[in-house]
Amino acid sequence: MKTIKEKHSLAMRWCHWVNFPILSIMIWSGLLIYWANDIYSITIFGHTFVKFFPDWFYKTLGIPQRLAEGMAFHFLFMWFFTLNGVFYILYTIISGEWRELVPKRNSFKEAWLVLLHDLHIRKTAPPQNKYNAAQRIAYTAIIIMGVGSVITGLAIYKPVQFYYLTWLCGGYHLARIFHFALTIGYVLFFVIHIVQVILAGWKNFSSVISGFEVVNETPKPAIQTVNDDENAK
Amino acid sequence: MKTPNKKIKKELTIEQKINRRNFISFGAFTVFAAGAFEGWRWLYKSPTETAGITGEAHRPLRKALNKTEIFFRRLVFNENHLVKTYPKEMAAKRVRYNSDIGMEAKKKFDPATWKLQVIKKGGEILQVSIDELKALPKTEIVYDFKCVEGWDQIQHWAGVKFSDFIKHFQLEDYAKMQYVGMETPDKGYYVGIDMPSAMHPQTLLAYEVNDHPIPLNHGAPLRLIIPVKYGIKNLKRIGSINFSNTRPRDYWAEEGYDYYSGL
Repeated sequence: MKTIKEKHSLAMRWCHWVNFPILSIMIWSGLLIYWANDIYSITIFGHTFVKFFPDWFYKTLGIPQRLAEGMAFHFLFMWFFTLNGVFYILYTIISGEWRELVPKRNSFKEAWLVLLHDLHIRKTAPPQNKYNAAQRIAYTAIIIMGVGSVITGLAIYKPVQFYYLTWLCGGYHLARIFHFALTIGYVLFFVIHIVQVILAGWKNFSSVISGFEVVNETPKPAIQTVNDDENAK
Repeated sequence: MKTPNKKIKKELTIEQKINRRNFISFGAFTVFAAGAFEGWRWLYKSPTETAGITGEAHRPLRKALNKTEIFFRRLVFNENHLVKTYPKEMAAKRVRYNSDIGMEAKKKFDPATWKLQVIKKGGEILQVSIDELKALPKTEIVYDFKCVEGWDQIQHWAGVKFSDFIKHFQLEDYAKMQYVGMETPDKGYYVGIDMPSAMHPQTLLAYEVNDHPIPLNHGAPLRLIIPVKYGIKNLKRIGSINFSNTRPRDYWAEEGYDYYSGL
């Protein structure tokens, strides 16, 4: 017999889907800014391993020479990004949903087992509630990253007025590197997240829009006796 | 056996409940997604502002930029917030050179014949030589110069505080106005500065870099060093200074950047 299992609250779904386009715009407009002075690379002993990003990437997206436009979009959508994030964090705390989200003491050990399971090395995954251990760590990390982006962002936006934030981030230069690194983090998270969602299937995806999952439960005899044929189908 | 109906309305079956909730949520999702997409298209294709003191930006974006700047200025701007300074040894030996707008003069510029022109009321012009400026108290600063492009560099500059300059030449009445405008001698580059930032104790009319007279490419003989602003406001080769209660024209604001560009 099918039953409805409530899964995601309306607020969580709202924040999730509002955040998705906003974060995309923030990354895009951030790239417009970054291109004005694209100095970052991973260089060890004079050999450049990674250059963010290759030239074809910029050309495809039409990114060069649009610093002013990038800043304008970035400084508008930072409001929505921040407000949405603040609302989500407050909601999570007040509603008590943080209990489902924050890693538990054994989460870090369990996340390893989840990973092995996902890689098809281990047959069974540890039992879970709403989120498994790996999800708890990833989703909590992404919230902290969001807070980090706002703080490092403010630190490089107004380094004189928010001098204490800039100091907290280890200076202007380091704050900018953190701000950039967090963006790389979002992109990596996004790729893994999408792959996982595809693997988890439609039912899982659908629940982030509708809020519930349909579960097939073996009917209990006690209920069967009171059921009429209408409910039994 | 049927449970007695409390409502006249028939209880929905599980299947109906699922369909109903899916219809509502997916429907709402589609409507919101379409709305968001339309909103984005509207913003992205919105007309640009009529070019004036500011230009190039989409109208709603300009509004947002202005509001954001005012918000942060009211929230955190404080004249006593000093820019962090560093020991002299940390200053870059080779000061980064980024632009020569306003200095690509067709005829050769000669700093020796240069005089700073301060435009006063009624068209009266006060002419100040570099030696007069050097006779005023000298202020040094070693701080992190920040470019709007994202790079920054610790640099060592010296010159006369703008506020000292105002005092010495008895321009206090002008300093009560809201803005200072500065332009290069060829009028090719120009900036508008709000008075609180201009009167900030770390704002300099600089004539030295790394203890030497400023070279031509860095704005000899006199440039603005205003640490509370991005590099684009640090005008090289100051030709004239004017005061007004309306925003003076500003090169990069006309190109779509925020007028205030404060840090």
